[in-house]
Amino acid sequence: MTCKEEIPSVEMSHLDHLWFQISGTFCNLTCHHCFISCSPQNDTFGHLTLQNVKDRLEESVALGVKEYYFTGGEPFLHREMVPILVETLRYGPATVLTNGTIFKDEWLGTLSEAEIESSYSLEFRVSIDGFSPETNDPVRGKGTFQRALKGIVQLVEYGFLPIITAVRNWPDDQEQEVVAAFVDRLKQSGYSRPRIKILPTLYLGAETNRSHTYHPTERVTSGMLSDYDQTQLVCEHSRIVTDRGVHVCPILIESPDSLLGQSFQQATTPYQLRHGACYTCYQYGSICSNPSSAK
Amino acid sequence: MIHSSTTSRIACLGGIYNNYLALEVAIRDARKRGVDAIYCLGDMGAFGPHPDRVFPLLSDHDVICLQGNYDHSIGNELNDCQCGYTDPRDNYFAQISYDYTLQNTSVESRQFLRDLPTEICVDLGPLRLLLCHGSPRRVNEFLWASTSPNHFLEHLAAERDADVVAVTHTGIKWHRPLADNRHFVNVGVLGRPENDGNQHVWYTLLETSSVDPLRVKFVPVEYDYHRLAREMGNEGIPAEFIETVQTGWWTTCLEILPAKERKQGRW
Ligand code: SF4
Ligand code: SF4
Ligand SMILES: [Fe+2]
Repeated sequence: MTCKEEIPSVEMSHLDHLWFQISGTFCNLTCHHCFISCSPQNDTFGHLTLQNVKDRLEESVALGVKEYYFTGGEPFLHREMVPILVETLRYGPATVLTNGTIFKDEWLGTLSEAEIESSYSLEFRVSIDGFSPETNDPVRGKGTFQRALKGIVQLVEYGFLPIITAVRNWPDDQEQEVVAAFVDRLKQSGYSRPRIKILPTLYLGAETNRSHTYHPTERVTSGMLSDYDQTQLVCEHSRIVTDRGVHVCPILIESPDSLLGQSFQQATTPYQLRHGACYTCYQYGSICSNPSSAK
Repeated sequence: MIHSSTTSRIACLGGIYNNYLALEVAIRDARKRGVDAIYCLGDMGAFGPHPDRVFPLLSDHDVICLQGNYDHSIGNELNDCQCGYTDPRDNYFAQISYDYTLQNTSVESRQFLRDLPTEICVDLGPLRLLLCHGSPRRVNEFLWASTSPNHFLEHLAAERDADVVAVTHTGIKWHRPLADNRHFVNVGVLGRPENDGNQHVWYTLLETSSVDPLRVKFVPVEYDYHRLAREMGNEGIPAEFIETVQTGWWTTCLEILPAKERKQGRW
């Protein structure tokens, strides 16, 4: 018989990254690997309003927040996404995680002007899977590879340099070839200096139907954390606002215990790493932040 | 932490990256301008040739030095530079110059690097100036202009009760006046040009006077980059690094740049 090891807690050192679950769990796509099972019908989480965001931005000043991140669902399903980003750029750098399939030219025009006017960067992170419709479409839906590619080219035309994030769906030893092929394809499509970020697979949400869930031994223990740089964990320096309140991190919003309170003050409590996803964070480090703010 | 005596005009040198030729010019220029002291904010090694040529210059000219992430690595003979790159290609090139620098840094120089302080507090006239490498809270934190909001910088400065904070580490200089008369300055680097198509590098003068509580002046440093490039070639340093010295455009470490800074470069 083995004794159960104590579950370690992580304390937030400072609120560096403030996330917004801006479009709730609404998405125009229904990807198999979506870790919060977003879809056109999933209303588990609703939209945040422009006023919600304005209030939180104003509060964030006193807290000395460093960067603002917007995720969903698909943020651009939110009717006020453009004004929300324009407002955010008055406060600091903004990053928006999108599937790149529903951009309108007028939105990108407005955002490009707003970024030029701001001292801060506006980052687009476009998710796709692999380097071809053959790898992407079975996961994200028919035709989505071409649509995302079109979105990327649209962003490039408006002067943006999107970061393309791909969940790893190839064997490790093929990584170099896979990435090189992908870069070539992007260059051929008009993106001359592609920026790419590769993410590990998270076994949560819809992904659990596709492959496996975490084994009970795939948990973070106190022993594992003793000699570990905790700043690698998103929850060490981030929180996320949803229409329910403030949660510990963008990955776990569907777990009831991730909701820490309504105010940032309440949400500073340490969090116990009791979930399988915490194990992935532990293994792969800061999977959610931009390379420019790598910890 | 080391406390230095009161001064009113100082020079701050950012990462040297083995560029002893630019260091020589910068020191001469700063002395000519009558500075009270010269500080180096760390990262003596990386990128360039002949690491050991930097150290005699620093000691002969009484440059007061901080320990950067690179210096901590070389000093303690670690396996990598702790620069904080995340991209495989960036890491590949960083490792080549790290291995070269470690191999060519003498035991004495390593010990010098190992024993350096990680921050220095200076009284610049009435101002409390904090000198550190990446940020006051982390030696390898990147403070880019486009990802550092005012309120965040104010938080960092207030936490340390500093009127002025000066950092380096990213390779691109900037100055931000903040609330409560505080200032944040990234002093740039001497090691390589700024990814703007110019070959010169930069150091920073900080001055205080009764008229102007803080004057920040970025000084361009023209040095013999042809010679640096030649010596890099002779030492077998990758062509990608040499190209940066010759063209003023970064060819590596590109993936850590935020969107705005990346757009300003060529690659
Ligand atoms: S992974 Fe992204 S694009 Fe796909 S369903 Fe989820 S939120 Fe939508
Ligand atoms: S999933 Fe990751 S970020 Fe979220 S609480 Fe667990 S370790 Fe922290
Ligand atoms: Fe550094």
